[in-house]
Amino acid sequence: MDMNEIKEIFFQECEEQLAELESGLLKLNDGDRDPETVNAVFRAVHSIKGGAGAFGLDDLVSFAHVFETTLDCVRSNKLEPTQDVLKVMLKSADVLADLVSASRDGGSVDESRSRGLVKELEALAHGELPTPSAHAEAPKPAPKAAPAPAPKAEAPKPTDDSGFQPIPFSFDGFDADEETTLEGSTYEVIFKPRRELYSKGNEAALLLRDLSRLGDMSINCDMDQLPALDKMDPEASYFGWKISLKTTKSEDDIRAVFEFAEWDCDLDVKLSEEAASEEELPMIPVPFDLAILDEPSAAEEEEKSVQSADETVAAAVSAAETASSVTKAAARASEKKESAAAAAAAAAQNNAAAAAAAAGQTIRVDLDRVDRLINLVGELVINQAMLSQSVIENDTTGTSSINMGLEELQQLTREIQDSVMAIRAQPVKPVFQRMSRIVREVADMVGKQIRLVTEGENTEVDKTVIDKLAEPLTHMIRNAVDHGIETPEKREAAGKESEGTIKLSAKHRSGRIVIELADDGGGINRERVRQKAIDNDLIAADANLSDEEIDNLIFMPGFSTADKISDISGRGVGMDVVKRSIQALGGRISISSRPGLGSTFTMSLPLTLAVLDGMVVTVAGQTLVVPLTAIVETLQPEASSIHSFGATQRLISIRNSFCPLVDVGRILNFRATQANPVEGVALLVESEGGGQRALMVDAIQGQRQVVIKSLEANYTHVPGIAAATILGDGRVALILDVDAVVAASRGQSLKPEMSLAATG
Amino acid sequence: MSYAVKNLTQGSRELIAFRIGDQEFCVNIMSVREIRGWTPATPMPHAPGYMMGVINLRGAVLPIVDLSARLGMKDAEPTARHVIIVAQVKSKVVGLLVEAVSDILTITDENIQPVPEVSSDLEKQYARGILAIDKRMICMIELDALFPEKESEAA
Repeated sequence: MDMNEIKEIFFQECEEQLAELESGLLKLNDGDRDPETVNAVFRAVHSIKGGAGAFGLDDLVSFAHVFETTLDCVRSNKLEPTQDVLKVMLKSADVLADLVSASRDGGSVDESRSRGLVKELEALAHGELPTPSAHAEAPKPAPKAAPAPAPKAEAPKPTDDSGFQPIPFSFDGFDADEETTLEGSTYEVIFKPRRELYSKGNEAALLLRDLSRLGDMSINCDMDQLPALDKMDPEASYFGWKISLKTTKSEDDIRAVFEFAEWDCDLDVKLSEEAASEEELPMIPVPFDLAILDEPSAAEEEEKSVQSADETVAAAVSAAETASSVTKAAARASEKKESAAAAAAAAAQNNAAAAAAAAGQTIRVDLDRVDRLINLVGELVINQAMLSQSVIENDTTGTSSINMGLEELQQLTREIQDSVMAIRAQPVKPVFQRMSRIVREVADMVGKQIRLVTEGENTEVDKTVIDKLAEPLTHMIRNAVDHGIETPEKREAAGKESEGTIKLSAKHRSGRIVIELADDGGGINRERVRQKAIDNDLIAADANLSDEEIDNLIFMPGFSTADKISDISGRGVGMDVVKRSIQALGGRISISSRPGLGSTFTMSLPLTLAVLDGMVVTVAGQTLVVPLTAIVETLQPEASSIHSFGATQRLISIRNSFCPLVDVGRILNFRATQANPVEGVALLVESEGGGQRALMVDAIQGQRQVVIKSLEANYTHVPGIAAATILGDGRVALILDVDAVVAASRGQSLKPEMSLAATG
Repeated sequence: MSYAVKNLTQGSRELIAFRIGDQEFCVNIMSVREIRGWTPATPMPHAPGYMMGVINLRGAVLPIVDLSARLGMKDAEPTARHVIIVAQVKSKVVGLLVEAVSDILTITDENIQPVPEVSSDLEKQYARGILAIDKRMICMIELDALFPEKESEAA
């Protein structure tokens, strides 16, 4: 594993931490005061900072550090997480996310913004504190800054587990810190690692070595708790160290050494009152020469070996290595070497198992592997269908054991297919979380107060769908903020709360995912939309449109009602692009709007792009698949309900409404003349714009789940055809692109439609 | 069959020869993925005349081109004896319908004669040379020239 891979993992983890951070902050924003939430937020920032430090991403570290400091004030209840505070923090989370992606992809970040936020965060950490004391880390705006002040004559405070404690110091010392620390002072550091420290792969010796770099150091090892070897738990931690350090550095620098271990050890750092030190020591001083790190001497061998056993076992490195090092130690210390080695090896195994369990219930898998599996399962489904078909053709009794076996096989394949699809299914949560940031930013830009409420964010859908959902959703959210919600003044005048609400929800409905975006704004101004459409030559001035049709005008290319073009929206590349991306996903979008009460966009998307429920039909001797979702109903036309309309058009009357009849075979050029409708079946389909069309096919073969195969891979896009699939007889069948066929029936030729689809 | 299997030396190459009607053609063997029997293809709407349709090649959708029609000769009437040469053309895989595969040739550049001046544009576009082997004339064709990247525009 090279550095880049490790870095990639770090960035993946950053994504997760950022999501955690944001959801935590939003919870706090909603009034959650659970200390665990605060801790989770703090941990997220801390982990990012830690990882960034390891990769030398200085910008990220310095920002995370300031952020962390302020969060710590919240954690220690010194800063009340009010709405205003959280607003700054949410913005900081956004900047942190920007910094992470800038570190990953190159890019740059708006420095003035991050600098402004750093100031705001620092102000929160200092200024808003009820007492004039600041946090220990607060005066360190950036790692490169001047050494933080050392509290000169302050009484040391006891530390808690976290190692983070407010240390009172006077602000006077802030400016004068150079001379106070130049002389060098002696600190007493008591460092007692707990077993967790080793199990996380930290090593006490390395920490001590880092500490020794700060100045002259003498170390006493406290071995009181060390039991006899046969009673020893190889994973436990028995040693503590008392360190006397003469250094010019500040207490913060000393604490910084233990930064990543602070949760897993007892750490006390205080200025030594010279004389007191020796008597206070309840431990036997053991000379601890740091040279042993490189060249173990006989005297310290045992200690070192035991320690290394601790560490290697804990870190779950290779069990063999561990065993041998413990064996060496044991051989020198006592005769019970076998049992010790066995114990260590067993412990190593236990630990590996525990580590695996602790690592969580998920694994990271390369998406390609999952895709390969899905493809194979697709083949399996096709093969199984082919097998069934040939058995049915050759076996007329229908009761043989082959048939029963086949039925079981069919169920199994279906189950395998569902499970494999479930691997790709992901909750929509990450996309929804991104939206909350967009709402914040855009609302800030246009000076509106808007709250985003999300619902059903754990609804799962195929990863491809999720990936392609973000863009149209972003467009829509921007539109909702910019056009949907009114300004606070207007809202108040209309008797509404000044804060607008956008509700984003997801749910499963009949095998599809339905995503709803509702705002409580002013709704669509139909008069203006209509006027605008007339101005832009989208409709005739005297066109008679229903409310629904007017609402749908906003999906027309080149439509924008915004009076002035802003950064956010209004350039006329909005809803038509949204609509096209939703359609490209095999989905549909509709809008309902009530004047004064708001608008609701409803998107219905397939759960997966790999399989599709379709109706298998025959057209001019060819087998076609019509997506089931498009079909409203099927009917057998009677001669009396078919009405000629003009030279070539025909209408079919369905419950007294007339619907254009579209001959699929003619549109696709499978036959030269129109078929007789009475001999076929009509599929009533819902098309874009809300209109209905009756598609004429020759016969319906049945309903089937089909695996979608790309036509573009080896051929090109075919107008009127969405994709291909392979049927039970092993032949390729084409999947009809209902919207394109309907559009073609409106008089638009299929060819230009195709080039549009290709560019869009 | 006259197999001229030699060790491939510098400048020599292997070609696969096939028959369409009474003419013989050959293509570079490196672009051929496999050869398989004819199976009925699903016709595509709005496709050019030489496009026979698509077949299922172990799960992938493979377009089948009637090479006879593509080369400007009469349309093929596929039978069970026809074969499909599955070939890689640029990034795509296509199936070429031919009457039969006749030979695998190992030739050097000296064996290739230039294409004589003929009036037909189509021949000039795809023919890259002519081989004289055992008194037969085999026309070497360039698949990339037959299937330009933007096929939809050419159609």
